[in-house]
Amino acid sequence: MALLRVENLHKRYGHEEVLKGVTLAQDAGETKVVIGPSGTGKSTLLRCINRLTEPDQGRVWLEDTEITSRRTDINRVRAKIGFVFQDFNLFTHLTALDNVRLGLMKVRRMPRAAATGRAMAELERVGLAAKANAYPAQLSGGQQQRVSIARALAMDPKLILFDEPTSALDPELIGEVLSVMIQLARDGMTMIVVTHEMGFARSVADEIVFMEGGVIVEQGTPDKMFRSPEVPRTGEFLRKISDLYGESR
Amino acid sequence: MNLSVWTEVAPHAPVLLRGLLINIQLLLGLISLGLVVGVVTALIEVYAPRPVGIAAGAYTWFFRGVPEIVLLFLFYFGLSQFGVPVSAFFAAVLALGLRSSAYQAQIFRGAFQSIPHGQMMAARALGLGRLRAIVHVVLPQALRLSLAGWSNEFSSVLKDTTLAWGIGVVEIMRQASYIRARNFTLTLPIYVTVALMFLVLTYVGNLAIGLAERKLRVPGLEGQR
Repeated sequence: MALLRVENLHKRYGHEEVLKGVTLAQDAGETKVVIGPSGTGKSTLLRCINRLTEPDQGRVWLEDTEITSRRTDINRVRAKIGFVFQDFNLFTHLTALDNVRLGLMKVRRMPRAAATGRAMAELERVGLAAKANAYPAQLSGGQQQRVSIARALAMDPKLILFDEPTSALDPELIGEVLSVMIQLARDGMTMIVVTHEMGFARSVADEIVFMEGGVIVEQGTPDKMFRSPEVPRTGEFLRKISDLYGESR
Repeated sequence: MNLSVWTEVAPHAPVLLRGLLINIQLLLGLISLGLVVGVVTALIEVYAPRPVGIAAGAYTWFFRGVPEIVLLFLFYFGLSQFGVPVSAFFAAVLALGLRSSAYQAQIFRGAFQSIPHGQMMAARALGLGRLRAIVHVVLPQALRLSLAGWSNEFSSVLKDTTLAWGIGVVEIMRQASYIRARNFTLTLPIYVTVALMFLVLTYVGNLAIGLAERKLRVPGLEGQR
């Protein structure tokens, strides 16, 4: 059984229907990269998965829990789904260590010492153990994003959703974040990544999902999507985006 | 005013200080009440559903719109009229405290609204409930940002405690008027002394708030200094 199943998801903002029936499944250990022009519902899709945005219609399951069910304790589900935001959203008043520790102590009720140990291990994993006592404002964008990845990892998530994690970064800071994500993918973390980084998609994605106009246009392995897409529009978009963002990384 | 006048004032200083102690007690009572009710009112205004938010808005409108001395009379005479016996001291804390809560709510509301929404989302995404996200993420930042505005409110209500004189609380102004009644030549020196005492209190209070502000300062979260 798939780890995550999304079935016929719809979301409308006013007159505009941003998601027009999206269905997908994701196995444990799989990395899915979602691409598509801006405003096509990629971020909305991610937010509907853990109900940061309430979908209008459709269902989402994490293993055998229906996330979209009214009876589901959404906070328990969210604790199992990591979320990495485009603009990091670190807690300004907390050090890197406390940012990572907050969820452990307040959501998972871990004792302070254990939480500290776990948080330090995650900061180590993203290469920022030395910055444990720095506040977000004292970190570069790339470092902030790595702390936010550590914050997600600390919760032992079954799945991490990345919403354009490198879009707010200066070009020279993108690499450090991508290399952390590449390592995660290789370690077998289950990830859905909305991104324009085609190099990343090509090297670690098990599947690329091309979305446009609120629907999935085409999905498949990077090989198929880059070499022989079935829908002409897929090839056209991939060529454009690859020219823009390059594949060197 | 020659020097001899001041030597006449000196013996009255203990009485004035005893009065001032009442003002300090009034201050502590009213500002704590104002803090708690103010934070809750601001939370309601920012986070609660609209009808409740409107009620909170009406509350602040009332307490910001009615003169303090009128509030004091309303609470002191009004409550006893309805069979609730209140001491003048308690009525003063209630009236001035609720009034202060309306002003403090304005300060906190602005601070709550200035915390980026993304941090709230990040807290929710971790699995924190709404209230707990507010407590652990929004509140610590908002309170820090509020300190500058709050020190202003502190200075203001410190002096407002003298209004309790109007409903018969034996605080510093009441003590001053007793002394004056017995010796009219002391009128000016007595009130100058009262003024000096408040100047010192305001200074010390703001110094303490300033220290707290520095101690709680976090890089990237600067209050309006």
